[in-house]
Order: sequence, then structure tokens, then C-alpha cells
Amino acid sequence: MSKEMLEIKNLKTSFRIKDNYYAAVDDVTLTLNKNEILGIVGESGSGKSALAFSVMGLHNRAKIEGNILFKEHDIANISPSKLNKLRGEAMAMIFQDPLTALNPLMIVGEQISETLILHKKEMSQKQRKEKVIDLLNKVGIPMPEHVYGQYPHELSGGMRQRIIIAIAIANKPELLIADEPTTALDVTIQAQILDLIKTLKDDIDAGIILITHDLGVVAEMADRVAVMYAGQIVEIADVHTLFDNPLHPYTRSLLNSVPNTQEGQEELHVIQGIVPSLSKLPREGCRFAARIPWIDDSAHEENPVMHEVAPGHFVRCTCHNHFHFPDESKEDSTHGIS
Amino acid sequence: MWKFIVRRLVITFPQIILLSLLVFLMAEMMPGDALSGLLDPNIDPAAIEEQRIKLGLNDPWHIKYADWVAGLVQGDLGQSFKFKMPVTELIEQRLVNSFWLGVATLIFTYLIAIPLGITSGRYNDTWADQMITGYTYIGFATPLFIFALVVLWIFGFQLQWFPTSGSVEPGMVPGTFEYVLSKIQHLLLPSLSLALITTVNTVQYLRSEIIDTKQKDFIITARAKGASESRVYNRHILRNSLLPIAAFFGFEITGLIGGTVFVEQIFGYPGMGQLFLESVVGRDYSVVTSVVLLFGIASILGALISDIILSLVDPRIRIK
Amino acid sequence: MGFLDVEDLKVYFPIKGGLFNRTLGNVKAVDGVSFSIEEGKTYGLVGESGSGKTTTGRAIIGLNDITAGKVSFEGKDLTSKKSKTSAVRKDIQMIFQDPYSSLNPRKRVLDIVAEPLRNYEKLSKQAEKQRVGELLEMVGLSPESILKYPHEFSGGQRQRIGVARTIALKPKLIIADEPVSALDVSVQAQVLNFMQDIQKELNLTYLFISHDLGVVKHMCDDIGIMYKGRYVEQGTKQDIFENPQHIYTKRLVAAIPDIDPKNREAQKQFREEVQREYEHSYNDYFDNDGLAYGLQSVSDTHLVALPEKG
Repeated sequence: MSKEMLEIKNLKTSFRIKDNYYAAVDDVTLTLNKNEILGIVGESGSGKSALAFSVMGLHNRAKIEGNILFKEHDIANISPSKLNKLRGEAMAMIFQDPLTALNPLMIVGEQISETLILHKKEMSQKQRKEKVIDLLNKVGIPMPEHVYGQYPHELSGGMRQRIIIAIAIANKPELLIADEPTTALDVTIQAQILDLIKTLKDDIDAGIILITHDLGVVAEMADRVAVMYAGQIVEIADVHTLFDNPLHPYTRSLLNSVPNTQEGQEELHVIQGIVPSLSKLPREGCRFAARIPWIDDSAHEENPVMHEVAPGHFVRCTCHNHFHFPDESKEDSTHGIS
Repeated sequence: MWKFIVRRLVITFPQIILLSLLVFLMAEMMPGDALSGLLDPNIDPAAIEEQRIKLGLNDPWHIKYADWVAGLVQGDLGQSFKFKMPVTELIEQRLVNSFWLGVATLIFTYLIAIPLGITSGRYNDTWADQMITGYTYIGFATPLFIFALVVLWIFGFQLQWFPTSGSVEPGMVPGTFEYVLSKIQHLLLPSLSLALITTVNTVQYLRSEIIDTKQKDFIITARAKGASESRVYNRHILRNSLLPIAAFFGFEITGLIGGTVFVEQIFGYPGMGQLFLESVVGRDYSVVTSVVLLFGIASILGALISDIILSLVDPRIRIK
Repeated sequence: MGFLDVEDLKVYFPIKGGLFNRTLGNVKAVDGVSFSIEEGKTYGLVGESGSGKTTTGRAIIGLNDITAGKVSFEGKDLTSKKSKTSAVRKDIQMIFQDPYSSLNPRKRVLDIVAEPLRNYEKLSKQAEKQRVGELLEMVGLSPESILKYPHEFSGGQRQRIGVARTIALKPKLIIADEPVSALDVSVQAQVLNFMQDIQKELNLTYLFISHDLGVVKHMCDDIGIMYKGRYVEQGTKQDIFENPQHIYTKRLVAAIPDIDPKNREAQKQFREEVQREYEHSYNDYFDNDGLAYGLQSVSDTHLVALPEKG
């Protein structure tokens, strides 16, 4: 059996705005292995959440092209009933905002047991309740019998996120997608939740796609990292390579704009211009070119594709060979052709 | 939750007292009093004055108010000088008629609103939704009394499917099956025409509740669990959207009161609304004040019911 | 005497309840907070949600009523009734967290930025336009944008419009409440750099309220850590990051994700160690109500909330 459990090929997810379709995810190809955490990093508007929703088949009115191969199915072309059999059973999702992701009028026990009702029909009501209590224990909820009958608004944000995780892992999914799972939480709670996700990963042996804008979270959690910009993956590598030897100008710029906890006062790097909105995305050429205007146009490819620069390390476009920050001269740039 | 209901009940009492005071003062300001209608104009004014003092009509207002309230509590609403009978007796039968009209109207209102609202909300921006929304706009724009007249003319006079006035066929014996059937037959047309107009509020409200709930994050959570579309609708969207509608129930009662005044008059249905109009036109003040008071109390109770239902169904309020 | 002195500040919110909605008790949002900021410095106020950091900032500027305590700015008492309307207020301004909701969407940039000017200074239409144009240039936006509406700008640009409004009256102290938490990393860098630039240019003093220790470390000279309305630790940046004394501070510092994947294991061990210490010595750092003790000084600059000795 191959280690690959999810294969996305040339995925293009487009939304209709007025009379035109605009691709929020464009030409995304990647694989996820068993028991691996793949981090997907990008800023708002990069298409990372749209990618996650495509994999879960949660886009209602989007046009999806390409293939999402998972367990002998292609989620890009799947019937609703087959999709519903996969969702909650073989693949599950953890959401960003634990405040709104739970039904305010349903006790949490009922919300967790719904996944069991849907996929474990043979379970008796008593077995289900036992299983839910067991899950609440597993995600670290104190007094699970009591919490079972509580409503979401009676719980703190961290507790609610644990409930969402309990829902996601109820049927031991093979694929878990975590969409900014800690963005809405305090740092100490974030550390606990990330820890929990890691423990559970080993427990259920799942492949995890972790979507975040926080490079620190990726550095701590991921095995491999894909960086997204304007709907495309611009760089993908294992986590050490990506942080030690980032190549794509966007990856390098992003890393330089994080206030580093190690060093002090130096000026942060600012990426010029703004992330283009969906309808204004450049459709041709290197999409990052407009944000690095000091790099000569000839450095970019006409139709940028992914290049494998080292085993498992892919970079889009050729511009990384000629890239340097505006305040360093070309010669300082250690990366690239020699 | 009990604290909430008790507190809510406590607030209701001053509301009712204030209402009675207002109604009483309005009645006081109207020209004439109980005697002016009863007496022969040829009687000596001095004798009338003597009579007035004897009856307490010249007392200061707060004493008269106290007397009036004492009467109310014992079920004495005064005398109607038009019908020459106690108001209590007069109102009794009318109240029963209006009650059944109200019940029938509410049933029709929800029978129409729930399927239409759900269809419209679930399949919004389809042609079915556009038809339903179109109907609600017509409903908003059509005055009830014109609609009721048209309905009466078509179904009562032209097609003669329904009786055109009264609450029961004359000569029926109360308690028999035919009597009940005749009652229902008399109810159908007025309640249906009232419901067709007033339900558009509920249809629109339900539609926007559903469209709103549809876009909530927890619906995505439900889909991600693998719930089918029909389960997502039945377990999550409908349940969450119908609760506010249930809470709206009490206010529907308040809304009904205004509608019955027109509808009962047009269909010649002997209820409170018709009595109200008749006594206003006939300057039967003791009846008018009593009816206004009862309408007011019904409204206050309607709001009370709404709040209690809301506190029962919404856990976010229930806990406090 | 410092530039801004906060002494034993208390902000309580009443809890209403019971049959007649009486006041049953108080939420002690801020419970005896004291600190002072020197002119031209950046003071970071750090805490998690519910720590009272935002309430402290809002109380200083007068957006929350003060229950007890004293706030003085350049020696003038801000808590006395008289000063509430005085000119001192225009020397202190605030930057809000969410650039999307803090600007009125129906007003043009000109009106947004000119609003404080109109409240305090009487300028002619022409002079006002001139000033707003200058302010926009200062925050790096083109002066032509004065006739645009907020939705025509990106998040970072909007936050800069907010800053332009804030510096319109040439304040001396700016209270920045989570100014970059709603922004993307690259935009965050933009706003932080810019805040440092205008600090030098205008000799500004910042009270920088944030939950993000990474940002605070980058921006601040002195830092106070709050927990449940009280201070748990205060010190210079070095004191807090290199020599944290209170278990809560340690926990907070340990929780910051490390941006270098090589440190993953070390970070994990450090975190587990801190967690063990936290569980083991919880009672040494928190009283019976789970609140921090009073501050004791451990060096000239470094204060830690510890039980009194003896």
C-alpha cells in the first residue's frame, strides 16, 4: 500500500461573481501521506481555505476542475450521497471559530453523537453516549458527563474548540483538515490545542492538512509545508528546508516580515503593494511579480510552473534565481544560480 | 428561568393597572355619562343632579375609578344603554365567537406560513421563491377590508359556497353535530381571508430566518459531519429558524385584534370586533371602554406569552 | 513623577441579577493596577482575553468609568471631574483593533481624519483639507485619497487611516489596543514599522496593548503582564523574556510558537517543564481565589507578584 492517501491534481476552484468565474484556487497539485502534517500557509485571500473546502466538498456553488483523489474516489466529481459517507467518517474538519461552528440551540453531547448516528448506525443509544463521554475525555474536557448536557455558550472558547475536535475525530478519520484551528484562541490555549491535535494524530494515524497564517504554528507542527499566494502554491518543501532555505520571493518576504522572537529591534520587511482581490488576480505570468517590481521582468517565466529544485522541494517560477531584497545588492543574494 | 418568568409576570401587573387607568380616564373625558342616555330629557335638571349625587357620579375621579375597578373584579362591566343589558352578558357570547375566530385564523396563518416560508427560504432566488415573495408583497400592499370584501362577494354572494353573515345558522340546537358544523362553516371565510393577509409577515420572517441560518458556520459543521441535505435542513436549519417563529406567537395574537375588527364587521360575524365598532358608532361608552380594556389585556398577555415561549425554547435565555 | 502614572487603578462592573435586578456583586475587570510610562517609550500591556488589559487602556482614556485609583498624565490628575473635558484629553488618543469596523463606512476619509480637528480646532475648509492631506502623506497614503470611502482601502491602509486620525491632534500618548491583531503578517509588519517611524518623528509615547508576545517583544521597552485583572509581572523587555519569574509569565512565554522548526523538540520539552512547574507550584503563585498576589520587586526594574514573605 502506498503512503500517499490524498492526491490533488491540477485543482481549480472558481466562484461566480456576476457573470464571470474567478479561480480562488488555481493549478494546485499536492499529495498528503499517512500520519503526516502538511501545513498550508498563506495570507487572507491566498485561497488556502477555499482549498480546504474543496477537499471536503463543502463548496456549494463553486466550479471545481481537476482531481481530488481520496480512497478510490474523486471528490471533484462525486455524488452527494457518496460524499456524505466520506465526510465525518473518513475525512473530517476542524474549524476556525469555535464560537459559531456549534449549533447554539443543541447540547454539545447531541452535536457530537450526530456524527455517530450518521456513520455508526449499529450503535445503541447507550453505546453512543458512552462513546461521546469517552471522546470528551480524550480531548481533555473535565467533567464530561456534565459537559455532555451543556450548551455551547456555557463553555469557554478553548473548550468549544475541543468539542469541535471531538466531533472531527469521533469516527477516527484518515484525513483531518484543520482550518486555522487556533486563530481565535489565546496563546496558552493555542499551545494546548496544537498539542492535542498532535497527540490525536498519532492516536488515529491520520493525515492532517493544517491551514494557518501563522508561520510559528507551521514551524512547530508541520512535516511538510506548502506556501500559497493568490490561489497558487508557490513553494512546497519539508519543514526544515522551507525555513532554512526558502527560495520563492514570497516565502522569503513572509519570513522576513514576522517579528522574530530571537532578535530585537530591526526593521521588519514589508511586502510592497497589496494582495490582489479575487477578481483582480493576474491570470498570466508570475502572480507575485507586481509585489517585487525591482526584479527585472525577464527573471520571471511566461507561464510559471513548479520546478523541483531538490528532491521534494518545488518552487514556482524562475524568479527566485534572481531575487534579492531591495536593500541588499544582487551579489548578496546567496540563493540562485552560481 | 423561573426567576425570569416571575419577574416578567410581576411587570405585567403594573402594565394592566396603567392600561385600566388610561381606559378609565378616556371614558371620563367622553361627553355624557351613564345617566344622560337613560333619562328622559324632560325631567327637571335639579332632580337629575340629585340622582347624580346619589349614584356617585359627581365624586372625584379616583373614587369613581376605585368603584369601577371593584366592579371589574367582580365581573361587573356596567350597563349597555344601547342593548339595555349588562355589558358582561353582552360580551360573553361575543368573546367566545371571537376566540374561535382567532383560533381558526392562527391555524390558517401557520398552515400557510410554514410551508411557504420554508420553501421560499430553502430555495431562495428560484422561481418558487419569487412567486411566494410576490404573494407576500401583494399581501403587504392589499388593505384587509378590501380583500375581505372581495372574498365575501366572490365566495359568499357569487358562488354562494359560504354563508355571508352570522356565526351560526339560525335555529340550530347547541351541542348537536350540525350546530358545530354550521359554526365552522361560518368561521371559514372570515378566518381564511384574515389569515391570507396577516400570514405574509410570518412567511417573510420565516424566509429570512432560514436564509440567515443557512449561512451560519454550524451548518457547515453539520455538512462536514456527513449529514445529508435533508437532515441539515430538518435537524439544524428548521429547528433553529422555527424557534423565533414560535416566540412570535404571542405577538400574532396582538396583531389579530386589529384584524378582527374589520373582518367581523364585513362578514357580519358577531364577535368583539363587531361589537366594538357598533358601540363606537352608537356611543355606547360603557361597552367601548370594556372592549378596549379587554383588547388591551389580550395584547399584554400576548407579549407575555411570547416572552415566556422564548425563554422556554432558547437555552441562552433559559439559563439566566 | 512619570509621564503617565497609573496608581492602584480599579474598574469594576456590577453584576445584576435576582428578581429586581439588584447589583449582586462586581466583576473586577481591573483590580489594583499600577504602572508608569516614560516619555518617548513604548509600554506593552500583555494578557489573554479577560485579563483586563483593554479595560485598563479604555479607563485611562476615559472610555470606562474608574471605580477607584488615580491616573495622572504629565502630573495632571485625569480622574478628577474637572479634567474630563480639558485639553489633556486631546494629548491622549487611541488606535483600535479592527480597522474594518472602527471607521464609519459612510464617511469619506477627509471627514474621518478631520473629525478630531473639528472637535478641538477651528480651521477653515481649505486649511483643514491641507492638514488632512499632510496627515495622509505622513501615514504613507496619497493626499488624493481624501475623497474616497474606507471600503476602497485594504486592511493595512485602513489601519493607517485610523492612525492618521489618531495623530491629527499631535497627541503625546497613544493607546494602541491590539492594533495589528486583525491584520495579515505582511500588513502587520507595515503598520508596526510605521508606528515606530512616527514615534521617532513625533516623539510619541505608546501604551501598546496586545496578546501577541512576539509583536510586544519587537515593539516595547517595558512590559506588564496581566492576569484576571491584576499584574503578575512587570519589567524591561529583557526581564520578561530572558528572566521571567512568575509561573504565568513563563507559561505565556513558553506558549509562543517558535519559528525555527529545529527548536521543536527543545520547545516541547521547555513547555512540558513549565507545565509541570505550573501544576506543581500553582499555590505559590496564586491565592485561594486563583488571583495573583501583590507585586514584590526583585530588581530595580523587575516586579513580580509573589506572596509576602514571613
